[in-house]
Amino acid sequence: MLTKHSIQTRWKPHKISWPLVSLLLLLLINLLFIPSFFALEIRDGQLYGSVVDVLHRGSIGMILALGMTLVVATGGVDLSVGSIMAITGAVAALLLTASTLSTLLIIPIALIVALLAGSINGLLVTRAGLQPIVATLILMVSGRGIARFITGEKVIGFGNEAHAGSFSFIGNGTLLGLPFTITLAATLFIVTLWVVRKTALGLFIEALGTNEKASHATGIQAQRIKMGVYLFAAFCAGIAGLIDTANIQAADTVNAGIFTELDAIFAVVVGGTALTGGKFNLTGSLIGALLLQTLLTTLYTFGVAADTAPIPKALVILTVCLLQSESVQKRLQQRRHP
Amino acid sequence: MKRIPVSSFPVLATAVVFFLLFTAASLSFPGFCSPYVITDLFSENAFLGIAALGMTLVILSGGIDLSVGSLIGFTTIFTARCITEFQLHPLLAWLCALIIGAAFGALMGTLIVRFKMPPFLVTLGGLFLARGLAFAIKKESIQIHHSFYDTLDNFRIPIAQAELTFPAILFLLLLLRLIWLLHYTPFGRTIYAIGGNQHSARLMGLPVDRSLIWVYTLNGLFAALAGIAMTLYMDSGNPTNAMALELDVIAVVVIGGTLLSGGVGYAVGTLLGFLIHTTIYQITYFANLPASLGSITIGLLLLLFILLQRSLSRIQR
Repeated sequence: MLTKHSIQTRWKPHKISWPLVSLLLLLLINLLFIPSFFALEIRDGQLYGSVVDVLHRGSIGMILALGMTLVVATGGVDLSVGSIMAITGAVAALLLTASTLSTLLIIPIALIVALLAGSINGLLVTRAGLQPIVATLILMVSGRGIARFITGEKVIGFGNEAHAGSFSFIGNGTLLGLPFTITLAATLFIVTLWVVRKTALGLFIEALGTNEKASHATGIQAQRIKMGVYLFAAFCAGIAGLIDTANIQAADTVNAGIFTELDAIFAVVVGGTALTGGKFNLTGSLIGALLLQTLLTTLYTFGVAADTAPIPKALVILTVCLLQSESVQKRLQQRRHP
Repeated sequence: MKRIPVSSFPVLATAVVFFLLFTAASLSFPGFCSPYVITDLFSENAFLGIAALGMTLVILSGGIDLSVGSLIGFTTIFTARCITEFQLHPLLAWLCALIIGAAFGALMGTLIVRFKMPPFLVTLGGLFLARGLAFAIKKESIQIHHSFYDTLDNFRIPIAQAELTFPAILFLLLLLRLIWLLHYTPFGRTIYAIGGNQHSARLMGLPVDRSLIWVYTLNGLFAALAGIAMTLYMDSGNPTNAMALELDVIAVVVIGGTLLSGGVGYAVGTLLGFLIHTTIYQITYFANLPASLGSITIGLLLLLFILLQRSLSRIQR
């Protein structure tokens, strides 16, 4: 089976075509069955509609997927982003209720805590030489405990705090008629894309993920880049955690960011970045994250309960991954060109 | 004297940690070192231990299974509904639950082996699927009232002044079964070989694919058994049961000295990991500390053991 098709000169579907096709298919289903899906209306100078809602709710997934893409591209994985989200939210909520610090100070402090968590991941991977899955599992297990410890094992709500208004702008604010979360996600995406593609950084990451020894021979500082991607993933998780906390005006350490690491990994894999590392596709990851959110919103509009929505979600995850797996790709190609 | 193999160091370290932990706890809290507390560790957490036994198999084979928590939750609500609403005898309900659990594991194993998909991705799909199915069966918790459950509740084996409950006995029996399976059968040796180096195992002519599918099938079975043990302990089923329990299960196995990269570890180690895990939570209870400190300690221990394993594998090389 392996030797049969050693030379591949035929047409190969582009890596992001599967998620793009799935997304378009979903949108088509919406267009046919839920006409209101594409309806937009302007109320009080703000744009409303299902599409806006998908982008707003999907912002957390998109931001996490950005950080995760770079980690996966180096051949790693970060399982701790959900826990980092919970920690960041807990820190922000605690500072909002227990101190009189202004939002402009609280946000950087919370993000620094997230970066600290990321540096633990980075140190374990680079200094201790642990497998990334193992290194980040530690924070995944204990991170939620840390967050619970910070909040004193309860949900800290700050809806009634006088100075919480400017903080909740991150999650609920409106900028130029659009939810601020969309602007935030888009800005992060464009900046990240610009940095990795307009500088050599993206190439370094891909070289590192493709062959660490060879990249070392060409003078790439693997340890620094690895540290950098785990810090970036934690930074993204921190921002996602702030959005989540600001959104519900509380730090719910049990539910904040639960299973988001898995969603983010899925978005990355579906988006055409292989878990083995190497070439990455930020746009693909973004589409992957949007695909998940669109699916969820579509299911909700069809009346599927939030509890049972994981069933179709799991089926889609498995199907898309199955379609992308090597053996299925090979079989498809054999059928196309016998 | 025979030299102790380096690969058994983590288990020895686990034993030492448990001994120190338990001694310290016994000295600081009067009444901690009583038969009642010790049997309680087993009776209250049997489901965690049973799930960890299955996970030991999976991790030894070099894989991972994130779906066990969801599968346990599914089993509890499935069993509860079968007994209360469909009036099935508990034994029949258990049989159905076990078959579903095993089939679920077999399906994931097949996807992992036949389509060469990464285990954590497939079992992540399994995690969502099983949790969703659990909620599809019933959204609220169901109380189990059945004479058979009452009989089992009253069935206890007295040890010293305390007694072991049925779930605890089930856990210990399964532990013996796993020890036998891992160390005294060709299947067990195949698992170690696959975990050590899958490629070499294949070249040696070992049935790698078949064994791996069996590993995930057995883990599904163990998860279903853990779910059943949970219904016995709680006398109810709930779709939210065992949320994110897979993390604790993995922590128990790794603290028990099983290498996450596969191929090295013992079933007895998992027993020790289980005892450490439960003792830590028991201490937070005795000392009136927040439970979150318990999970932070588990995380630190996990870090300690992983670093220890790492330095040992460097020494070996």
